[in-house]
Parts: sequence; C-alpha cells; structure tokens
Amino acid sequence: MTTDHRTRRNYLNANYSIWSWLFTTDHKRVGILYLLSVTFFFFIGGAAAVLFRLELMTPRGDLTLPETYNKLFTLHGIVMIFFFLVPSIPAVLGNFFLPMMIGARDVAFPRLNLASWYIFITGGLFTIWAIVTGGVDTGWTFYTPYSSTYGNTNVIAAALGVFIAGFSSILTGLNFIVTTHTMRAPGMRWFRLPLFVWAHYATGLIMVLGTPVLAVTLLLLILERALGIGIFDPALGGDPILFQHLFWFYSHPAVYIMVLPAMGVVSEIITCFARNRIFGYRFIAFSSLAIAILGFLVWGHHMFVSGQSMYAGFVFSFLSMLVAVPSAIKVFNWTATLYKGTVTWSTPMLYALGFIGLFTMGGLTGLFLATLAVDVHVHDTYFVVAHFHYIMVGGAVMGYLGGVHFWWPKMTGKLYPENWARFSAILIFFGFNLTFFPQFVLGYLGMPRRYHAYPEQFQVLNVMSSAGASILGVAYLLPLGYLIWSLRYGRRAGRNPWRATGLEWTTPSPPPTENFPDGTPIAGDAYQYSSVDDWDLVLPAPEEHPEEAAV
Amino acid sequence: MNTSFELFPEQASTMAHKVDRLYLFELGVAVGFTALICALILYFGVKYRRGSRADRGNPPQSNLLELMWAALPLVLSMVMFAWGADLYFDQQTGPDNSAREREELDIEVVGKQWMWKIRHPLGRREINQLHVPLGYVVRLRMISEDVIHSFYVPEFRIKQDVLPGRYSTMWFQPSKTGTFHLFCAEYCGTEHSRMIGEVIVQTPAEYSAWVSGETGEPAEVRGRRLFEQHGCLSCHRGEDSSRGPSLAGVFGRQVALSSGQAVVADEA
Repeated sequence: MTTDHRTRRNYLNANYSIWSWLFTTDHKRVGILYLLSVTFFFFIGGAAAVLFRLELMTPRGDLTLPETYNKLFTLHGIVMIFFFLVPSIPAVLGNFFLPMMIGARDVAFPRLNLASWYIFITGGLFTIWAIVTGGVDTGWTFYTPYSSTYGNTNVIAAALGVFIAGFSSILTGLNFIVTTHTMRAPGMRWFRLPLFVWAHYATGLIMVLGTPVLAVTLLLLILERALGIGIFDPALGGDPILFQHLFWFYSHPAVYIMVLPAMGVVSEIITCFARNRIFGYRFIAFSSLAIAILGFLVWGHHMFVSGQSMYAGFVFSFLSMLVAVPSAIKVFNWTATLYKGTVTWSTPMLYALGFIGLFTMGGLTGLFLATLAVDVHVHDTYFVVAHFHYIMVGGAVMGYLGGVHFWWPKMTGKLYPENWARFSAILIFFGFNLTFFPQFVLGYLGMPRRYHAYPEQFQVLNVMSSAGASILGVAYLLPLGYLIWSLRYGRRAGRNPWRATGLEWTTPSPPPTENFPDGTPIAGDAYQYSSVDDWDLVLPAPEEHPEEAAV
Repeated sequence: MNTSFELFPEQASTMAHKVDRLYLFELGVAVGFTALICALILYFGVKYRRGSRADRGNPPQSNLLELMWAALPLVLSMVMFAWGADLYFDQQTGPDNSAREREELDIEVVGKQWMWKIRHPLGRREINQLHVPLGYVVRLRMISEDVIHSFYVPEFRIKQDVLPGRYSTMWFQPSKTGTFHLFCAEYCGTEHSRMIGEVIVQTPAEYSAWVSGETGEPAEVRGRRLFEQHGCLSCHRGEDSSRGPSLAGVFGRQVALSSGQAVVADEA
C-alpha cells in the first residue's frame, strides 16, 4: 500500500473549522473533545491535591485555613471522581475505540454521544462556578445533615453540577450497550469481542443502572437544602443513614465504572506486548460482568460503623468478600498470559504491568476493609484513602495512561518519544507508591482522613507522602509535554506500529472519518498473536522508520 | 520535626490484640499474594523477554488452573469474613457473660461541632477528655447535637458513628493505663481536625478520686488550664470573625441569650 500520509483525508483534517468540532457526531472527535476536557479537570484536581499535601507537611494547620483545606480536598474528590475518573477511559478511549474494535462506523446514537459531551461540560461549568464563587466543603460524599443543613458553602451548585454530569455518563453507557448489541461487524461474535469491549459493556450496564440513583439522591439533597423537606435531617424528621445508603448504592458501583475499563485496556496491552493469546478469555470476560453485578450488592460495607444493623453488616461483608474472586481471576489470567509469550517492556506494557501490581495491592487491602472488625478500626482513616487511591490511581489512572500511550499512534498518527515515556511511567509508579504506601501505615496507626492538623507522631509518614506527591505531580506533567511535542515532531506511526491484532489497527492512522475505507471488515478471533512466529517483528526499533504494515 | 516512627498503635483494650491478630493474618495474605504476582511478572517478563531463547511451544489454557485460582481467594476471603464477623459480633453486642462479677460503668457522650462532652455516672462532666478506670467494661451512650461525628480511639481499635436524633452505643475494656487519642473520625465541618481529645485510663482508685472532683487548684488557675486545654479559644476568641463571643470577665455578669432571655453567668 503506497498511500501518502500528508494528503490522505482523516478524521482530524476532514474539516478544520471550530464548528465542525462543536457539531461533530464522529465518535472519534467526541473522544478527542472528552480527552481535552478530562485532561483539564485532571490538572485542576491534581493542583488541589498538591496544595493540601503541602499543608500536611507539618502537623499544625499553618499553610491554609481549615475552611480552605476542607474546600481543597472536596474539590479534589469531586473533580477527580465525577469529572476525570468516571468519564476518562470510557468517554475518551471507549468512545474512540469501541466502535472501531467491533468494526462499526460509529456508535449507535452519534448525536446522543455529542449531547453527552455538552451535558458533561455544562455540569463541569456548574461545578467550577461553585468553586470560584466560594467553594464547597462537604467532601465529595456530601454526607447529610452536614451538607443539607449545617454547611454554609455552595452545596447546591456543586451537587447540581454532579447531577448534570451524571446524565452524560448515562448516555455514554447507553451508547456502549446498544452499539455492542447492534453494530458488530460480520463474524464479530460475542466471544470474539476484544476484552476492552466486554469491560465497557459491563461498565455501560453500571452507568445506566447506577447513575439514576445518584441523580435521585443529589436531587433530594438539593431539595432538602433549598426547601427543608426533611428527608435526611433528623431535626426535620429525616434519616441521615438513608442518604448514605442511596449515595453508596451508586458510588460503590462507580468504583467499578472507574476500574473495569482500565481492566479492558490492560487486557489489550498485555496480549499485544506479550505476543500471546489472552489466558482464559471467557473467565476474564465473565469476571467483568460478575464484578458489575456484585458491585451493586456491596454498598453497605461503607457503613459498618454508621449504626446500620449488625446483621446488614454481616451480609455486606460476605458479599464484598466475593468480589475478590473475579478480581483474582483477572490478575492471575493476565499474569499467565505472559507465560510463553514474547515480552516487550514498552511504555504501555510498563503501565499495564504497573496496573496489575498496584491493583493487586488495592484489591487485597480491600479485603481488610470488607473484614468487619478490621474495618471498625481503619474506617475513615488514611488506610481507606490509601486503598482507594491504589484502585483509582494505581488502577484506573495507570490504565488510562497506558491506554492513551497504546492508542496515541492510532489517534494522532504520531509516535511519542519512547524513552521519555518509559522514564515517566517509572517515575509515576515510584511517585505513586511513595505517596500512598505510607498512608496505609498512617491509617492503621489511627490518623483520620480529612484532617487539616494532626498529632506530631504522624509527621514522618506525612512528609514521605507529600514528597511522593510532588514527584507524582512532576511525573504527570511529563506526558503532557512529550505527547503535545509528538503531535508536531513525533515520527509517523503508520497503520499498526505495535503489530497489534484488533480491527482498529487495520485502518490508517489517524483513521478516516468513516473508520474503514475499504468496507466493513470481517472479524476473526481476538488476540491472534503467535509468540513463536513474529517475535522479531514487534516494536519498531527507535531508530527505524516504521513503514505501513503490509496487511 | 518530630522523627518518631512506628508501624502499629499501642494495644490498650481487650479488643486491640484480637483485631491486630486478624490484621496480621490479612497482612500475611496480602504480602504473600503481592509478592507472588510481582515475582511471576518479573520472572516471566525476563525469561520470555523479546529476543530470549526460552521455549515457547504449546502455550496452555487450563480450566483446572482457573478453578484453583478462583477457589483459593474464595477460601481465604471466607476465613477473613468469618473471623472478622465473629469479632464484630462481640464489639456490637458486648463482652460475653462469662465474667459475671466484672465492674461496669456507663458514660454519656454528646458530640457537637467541635467538641466531645462527657458525663460520668456520678455527675462529673468533662470536655474532650474521657477518664476511665482500668479493667472496667465501659459502655458509652452517644448522641450528636448537630451533624454526624464518630468516636474513635485507635489504641482501643474501636469506632462508632455518633448520630443526631438517635443514640448509638459502644463498649470497651481498657487493658492498660495511660493517655490515648480520641479522634472524631467522621468529617463534621470546619474544625473537624480540632475535634480531638484524650482518653485517660487510670487505676480504679485514681479514677474514683478523680470522679469525686479533688484537684486542689485555685479557681482561676484551673479555669485557665481548662480553657486552654479544651480548645475553647477556637470559638471564643473575642475577635469579630470568631464563632462565639469573648468570655473575658463573664463570670457574674448578665448575658443575653439567643432566645431573648438574659441570665447571670454562674458556676453552672
């Protein structure tokens, strides 16, 4: 094939006008719009984290006022969860690649897809407005009656922002479900789907079934705060525990909205850079569904010391333990995929292997928290903070960055500088562990979370954590720099620089608007890698110019 | 900078060492699995690295392996569940009744933004401090005046949310004299991290002397000490921005209350 890259039409150069972006219904362009938006929110949330980690260098609250500190961690939580982690992989990589992976021209509802981005931006602007006009200090959990009656910050605006953004999540999930059901290419049977698609299908189910409950909860909170209707405040005849039940009914499954797509990304990367078929395809596929279903049955483990019934505690502890099984199945299968493969320690692979290690630690410490008597001690301490950052940052963010690097050549047609990228991946891994590992120790020692000032005995561990956070902050800026650099100066990627299987690699990079210019592709089994045949063809060596793969 | 460093909090109640034992079991499982996975990743990643001459014939798929690595986590997590549930049952229902003749004590706790108010059976009150006698089974009956708080003593390995409009209870049996942390663990607003205090475990003799109120200090000295110790200054700073009014010279004066009444500030 001898097509000239410079003149070929693709989704990026099809039309340069701003309106062609703002009114696009191309799933790839919507993915790029989300990429820019969530990157913006990621650095806002990260900046807040850097500020409060600086405050926590010293036991006395001497850098910020307590009001400011409380607003900073609230901002960090709300922005990172609702405006970065929940949309990150699904709305960026899922929107871009799910249709391409199943051989479709677009998602099932392209205009709803664009609408979801506008809804997301509206929610984001509401939240930013709530922040610049004074902020909100309830924590991202909005616990009542503090949020409904006692707090005097912008609770209504912030809750409304999250409420609105939730609808974008519902539309994204709906699109994934319908697209996967109705738009698969000929031959793309369910058990030939890439595991990325299985993961996003499971995620879509959670988004569609869980998010409305969050919407109801936040609406009740807004009504109670505005009109004093007495759903949650006992002074008005309400029940504050009811809020926690409703809130966690969404917000625990939301954790799986964040981590399941990352698991899908990891399955793609591990197979490609181990040149091996996935070990236990069906077990990984069904474990995604099992996690999605079990995820709805475990919310009460956030409430073991809340005053909920002891017997409810038993049931929720038991069900939470069961999540260990599908999680362990995935971890073991990924590890076994390396066996008798041909492993390249490329940047996406570093992120994927980092994900497995960190997710394993996050998952295992989740068992501590599901254990009733241990949770009583570590609940609401830094142990919990460390645990969920191992899942959400060590898991979801590592998966996101791995996926962005893996598909960057496809999205942009350019290769990033491999050595810079490997260095950043290692620095992020190191900075992450230095930030969050000490917090496990702090938590078991008893340091409560959301403390502006703390007893002196906790200082050493806090300084370690803050040092790690500053490394992490710098390490996250590096990809921003070299990825932007690669847009102009990066080498051309060609159609399939990693020699990956999967339909998205059979079309030019960047893909043309219609995705598959040669007509709808015919799908075969997923992950047709052979470690014996082509182990010398894997990564283009840094000095070679990658040619278009002769397909 | 304080450079002291520790990995485990003190064990100061009868529950502490039981929780620690379970924690150590879980730590063993977690470290073991993490080490196993990391070792396998590194071993496979190096042995089967691109360019190595390792044997790659017949990559396997095995349902038996899948079954094994589904069953092992299931068994281990069920052990954790049963063990943790058993201890939790004790924490929730009170110590078993085998030692019928043990000493018991019931104490009332009120949480409010941002202090702990405590009342002992003989009527003695304290703020942000809880004096208890060693070896007694101490039961707390707790309620909040405003938002949700959480009564947390890390050295006892116990925690219980304190709710508005509803009593919650917890118990502990101190096994060591000394001064231990009392934290509010549920985020409760601006001064959440100042809603802290101490639990002071004394011998029963010391406790009964304390609870009957013998201190021997002059009133002004004692007042100043208490004012500083309890962090009253965090609200009653006497600045325009502070939450409460200044209390300088308040004793014996008429004070207008928010209800419109006026009272004389006296010893009550």
